[in-house]
Amino acid sequence: MSISIKDVEHVAKLARLDLNEKEKNQFTKQLNAILQYAEKLNELDTDNIQPTTHVLELTNVMREDETRESLPLKKVFLNAPEEEDGQIRVPAVLE
Amino acid sequence: MSTTKFETVIGLEVHVELHTNSKIFCGCSTEFGAPPNSHTCPICLGYPGVLPVLNKKAVEFAMKAAMALNCEIATESKFDRKNYFYPDSPKAYQISQFDKPIGENGWIDIEIDGHTKRIGITRLHLEEDAGKLTHVDGGYASLVDFNRVGTPLVEIVSEPDLRSPEEARLYLEKLKAIIQYCDVSDVKMEQGSLRCDANISIRPFGQKEFGTRAELKNMNSFSGVKKGLEYEEWRQADVIYSGEEVVQETRRWDESKGKTFSMRGKEESHDYRYFPDPDLVQLYIDDEWKERVRASIPELPDSRKKRYTEQFDLPSYDAEVITTSKHLADFFEESLQYTKDAKSVSNWMMGDLLGYLNANNLELSDVKVTGKGLGEMIDLIEKGTISSKIAKQVFKEMIESGKAPQTIVEEKGLVQISDEGAIKTIVEQIIEKNPQSVSDYKSGKQKAIGFLVGQVMKETKGKANPGLVNKLIKKCID
Repeated sequence: MSISIKDVEHVAKLARLDLNEKEKNQFTKQLNAILQYAEKLNELDTDNIQPTTHVLELTNVMREDETRESLPLKKVFLNAPEEEDGQIRVPAVLE
Repeated sequence: MSTTKFETVIGLEVHVELHTNSKIFCGCSTEFGAPPNSHTCPICLGYPGVLPVLNKKAVEFAMKAAMALNCEIATESKFDRKNYFYPDSPKAYQISQFDKPIGENGWIDIEIDGHTKRIGITRLHLEEDAGKLTHVDGGYASLVDFNRVGTPLVEIVSEPDLRSPEEARLYLEKLKAIIQYCDVSDVKMEQGSLRCDANISIRPFGQKEFGTRAELKNMNSFSGVKKGLEYEEWRQADVIYSGEEVVQETRRWDESKGKTFSMRGKEESHDYRYFPDPDLVQLYIDDEWKERVRASIPELPDSRKKRYTEQFDLPSYDAEVITTSKHLADFFEESLQYTKDAKSVSNWMMGDLLGYLNANNLELSDVKVTGKGLGEMIDLIEKGTISSKIAKQVFKEMIESGKAPQTIVEEKGLVQISDEGAIKTIVEQIIEKNPQSVSDYKSGKQKAIGFLVGQVMKETKGKANPGLVNKLIKKCID
C-alpha cells in the first residue's frame, strides 16, 4: 500500500489544510515511510488471534444517568473566537 | 401526474433524541430551552485530553427502541468517530457507530389501502447530537449554541421498501408511535426530538436497478415529509422527461416555497473516514442484559389495536386512531374503568376531544381532562343525570378546566330534572297561565304543545327532562 500525491491532496482538502507543492511531496514521503513501518506488523502470525478494535481488554465502562454541573458561561467563552448574545460567533456558514 | 410511468423508491433516515437526564458522554443536562451554551463542559465542547464515558441509560433506551422495532441486538457493539468539519461540531468529529450498531435487521408493519405491508429496518445506532446554528440576519455570521451537543440520539435507517410519499408518512407515524410507547423519547417533530431525512429515487416500472437518488433534508413535519417527497418524485420525473439525468445530491425542502433546492453534491460531503473511537471501550451486551431490557417494553400499538377490536368490539378504524398515541390509548383505557360503553368513549374522543385539540393545535398532554373524567361523564349520561346535549357543554368545560363532570354539573346547575313531582308543579303553573294554548291544543293544534313545553324548559333553564315534560303536559290537559 502506498500513498500518492493525489491521496495527500484529498486528505488535505478534507482536513482543510492548504499545502504547497513542497509540503505535498514532503507529506507523501513521510506518510509512505510511516505506512512502511507499520507494514512490519504484517510479518507477525495472527492466525490464532481475535481481531480487536481496542488495546484495552476493558468492556462496558459506563456511568449512571446523572447530571453534573456544567461550566460557567464565562469559562465556556474563554476559547471562543468571538461571542454574541451568549453564543459563539463564527464566520457565516451556508448549507 | 407525470409519474405514472415510474415507480418511486424511498428510504428514510430518522433521528430520535433519547430523553435521558444527562448527555451521552458527560454529565451535562439535556434539558430543552436552557440559555445558550449553559449546558456545556470540557467533554462535550471537545477539549483535548478529556475522557467521554458512556451513559448506561442511553444504551438501554437504544436497545429498547431497537427491540420494539424487531431488530436483532448486537452482542458486541462499539463506537466510531465520523469526521467532518462544521461549526455545530466542536470536536470536528461525531461519535457514532459504523460497523457494529446496537440493532440490525428489524421491521415494522404499516397499513396501506386495507392491507399490511412490512417495512424493513436496516439498522439502529447510537450517536451524539450536534449543536444548533443560527444564521444571523444579513448573513455576516453564524451563532453557535452547544447545549444540544452530546444529547443521545438513535438513528433509524429503513430499507428502501417504501413506494410512495404516503407510505413514507405512514411508516413515520408508526415509528413515532412505537418509540413513544417505549417512553425513550418525546418524539416531537416541532421541537426537533424526531427528525427525518429521506432518500428518494424513481425508476421505470419493471426495472430492477434503483434510479439515482436524491437525499432530502429539512422536512419539519409529517405533512412536510409527504409534500417534500411528492414534489421530488414529480421533479425527478420531469428531469427524465426532459432528457436529462437525475444527479446524486442533497436537496433541501423549502416548506414556504413548496420546492426542493440543491444543497451540495454527495460525493464531496461523504468521506467521513470512520475509525474506532479509542476513548471508548467495547460494549458487550449479554443475554441477561438484553432480557432485562426486553421485559421493560410495554404493549405496543399493533397489539393494543388488536386487543381493542377483540376485547371491546371497537371498529378497526377507531382502534387505529386511538392507538396512534400512547396518551390517547391510556386515556381510553382509563375511561373504561368508569363506564362500560367503549364505543361511546371512542366517539367522544374522536369527535369532541380530538376536534378540540386539532382546532387549537394542542396535544392531549396540553389539556387537563382525564380518562376518568370522560368515563364518569358518560356514566352521568347513562344514568340520566345529564342529557347528551348538556354533556357536550360539560365536556368542553372539562377539557378547558380539568374539573370533574359532577363538579361542573353541580356548579352550573346542569342536572337534568327527572323528578315527576317537581316537573308536574311547574307544568300545572304553565297550563294555568296559558289557557289560550291549552284550548288551541284541545281543538287539534298540535303545535301548541311545543309552546307549552318551551315555557316549562324556560322556567327550568333547560334542565327538565324534555320527554317527561311532554308526557306530563299531555296528561294534565287530557
